Amino acid sequence: MRKALHLQKGWGQQMVFLGPCLLFFLTIVVTPFILGFYYSSTDWNGLDLDKAVWTGSANWKRIFMNDDKFWDSLFFTLRFTAVSVVGANILGLLLAFILMTALKTKKILRTVFFMPNVIGGILLGYIWQFIFTKGFNTIGDLTGISFFNLPWLGTPSTGFWGLVIVFIWQTAGYMMVIYIAALAGIPKDLIEAAKIDGARAPQLFKSVYVPLIMPAITICLFLTTSNAFKMFDLNLSLTKGGPGTSTQSLAYNIYSEALINNRYGLGTAKALLFFFAVSIITITQVWITKRKEVSS
Amino acid sequence: MQETSRYRLSTFILEFAAILLALIFLSPFYLVLTNSVKGLREILVDAASFPQVFKWGNYAEVWNIINFPKAFWNSFQITGLSVIFIVLFSSMAAYQIVRRPSKFNTFVFLLLISAMIIPFQSLMLQLVRVTSILELRGEIYGIVACYLGFGMPLSVFLFHGFIKTVPYELEEAARVDGSNPYGVFFRIVFPLLMPIIVTVIILNTLWIWNDYLLPVLVIGGNKDLTTLPVAVTKFFGQYTKKWDLALPGLVMAITPILLFFLSLQKYIVEGVTAGSVKG
Repeated sequence: MRKALHLQKGWGQQMVFLGPCLLFFLTIVVTPFILGFYYSSTDWNGLDLDKAVWTGSANWKRIFMNDDKFWDSLFFTLRFTAVSVVGANILGLLLAFILMTALKTKKILRTVFFMPNVIGGILLGYIWQFIFTKGFNTIGDLTGISFFNLPWLGTPSTGFWGLVIVFIWQTAGYMMVIYIAALAGIPKDLIEAAKIDGARAPQLFKSVYVPLIMPAITICLFLTTSNAFKMFDLNLSLTKGGPGTSTQSLAYNIYSEALINNRYGLGTAKALLFFFAVSIITITQVWITKRKEVSS
Repeated sequence: MQETSRYRLSTFILEFAAILLALIFLSPFYLVLTNSVKGLREILVDAASFPQVFKWGNYAEVWNIINFPKAFWNSFQITGLSVIFIVLFSSMAAYQIVRRPSKFNTFVFLLLISAMIIPFQSLMLQLVRVTSILELRGEIYGIVACYLGFGMPLSVFLFHGFIKTVPYELEEAARVDGSNPYGVFFRIVFPLLMPIIVTVIILNTLWIWNDYLLPVLVIGGNKDLTTLPVAVTKFFGQYTKKWDLALPGLVMAITPILLFFLSLQKYIVEGVTAGSVKG
C-alpha cells in the first residue's frame, strides 16, 4: 500500500515536470516529422487537406529523374555554404584577433560587428535589397568604381555573391564573439614561451593558436555550415530565388514547391531529403573537426 | 623605447583599420536611415546624399499603414508568452531528467537533442496539417504552442547541463525540512538557475521575435495577429517598390530589437556565446 502510494507520487511528479514539455514537443515536432514519411509519398496539394492519395514512388521518381531545379538548388546551396562558411570564419577570426589587442574602441567595435546578428534575416535581406539596387548605384556613380555598378542581384552570379556578402555580414560578428571567448582562454605564458622560442606570426598562428582554439573552430564551423545550408529568410527577402530560379536555396525550393506550386506532397518528399542532407553534412563536418581537436 | 613606439604605431594602424571596417559594417544602416526621411524621387536620384528636407511624414504614414502599435504588441505578446512558458516547462523537464535518470527519461533527453538537427522546412508542411486539425491556426495560443514545441530541445539541453552542476545536498536539506518536490524545485532550485535562465530567455527572444515563416504559416490570414517582421513585408511586393514607405518601415521594425540588444548587450553576447558553446 505504501509502496503503491510512493509509486503514484513518482508518476505524479513525472507528469507534472515532464508532461508539458513532452506534450508540446511531441505535438509540434515529433508528430509532423513522422507524418512527413507518409505525406512524402502522396499527391497532397495542401488545399484539400484530407485528399492526400498515396502515390508510391511517384514523388521520388520525379525528384530523381525529372527535377533539375531541385538539383540546381542543391548545388547552389553547396556552393553558397562552402563560400560563406570560409568567408564568415576567416572574417570572424580576423576580427577576434584584432579585438584581442589593446584597442581603445574595443567595446564599441565588438558591439558594431555583432549587431547585424540580432536582426532577423528577413529584415536584413530587405535592407540589403535597398543597398544593392539603389545604394550601390549611387556609390558607383560617385566613385566610378565599377564593382558598385555591376547589375547587383540582377544576374545569377551577382545574386549569389549578394547573398554571400549579406550572410557574412550577418554571421561574422557572431563567430567573432565565440573566437574571442576561445582566445581569451589561452594562457598568456604559452604564447610568450612560443615567442621566446622564436615562433613567428604565421607559425604562432598555425602551431599554437589554431590547435588551442580547435573546439571553438568546431563550433563555429558547425554553426555556419548548418545556418548556411538551411538559409531561407535571406533568400526570400533578398533575391526571391531570382533572377529566374538561379539563386534558389534548397529550403527555398521546398517552400516554393509547396506554397507557390501547391505541391505539398512533393514538397514533403524534398523536405525529407533536405533533412537527410543537413544531417549528413553537419555530422560529417563535426566528426572531421572533432578528430583534429587536441586535449589541452 | 623604439620597440614600444613601433608597437603603438602598429596598434594605431590596427585601430584605424578596425574603425574603418566598423563604418563599412554600419553603412547599410546609415543609408537606410538617411533615405527613410526622403521623398521617393530624392531616393531614386541620389541615395547617398544627406536628406535636404526631413520628411517625417513618411514615418507617420507607415505607422498607420502597418498599424505599428498593434504589430508591435502582437510580436511582444507572442514572444513574451512563448519565452515565459519555454523557461518554465523546459527547466522543469530538465530537472526531472537530471534528478530521475530512468531509462525513459534518458530516452526523452536523447530524442530532444536529436531533434535539434531537424530543419524547420522539414516539418513546416506537416505542421500546417497538425495545427489545423488541432484548431491552433490563426490563434495566439496556437502560435505560442508551436514556439513551445520548437523551443524545447535547446532550452532543455541548456538547463540539463546547468542543473547537473547544482549540488544535490541543498535539495536534501529542504526535503528533510518537509518540502514537497514542487516546493523544492520552485523555491530552492529555480532561483539558482538564474544565469542559465537569462541565456535561455535571450536566445529564445531573439529567434522568436525575428521569426518570419512560422507566423506566416500558422497565423496565416488572421490580420489581427500580424507580427512586426511580417507586417513590413507588405512594402516589398514583386513589382513596385515604394522605398519612401519601405525604408521607414524597416527602421521601425529593427528599432525594438536593436534597443533590446544595446540595453542588454553584455548579457546577450555572453548568452549567445554560452548557448552556442554548450549547444
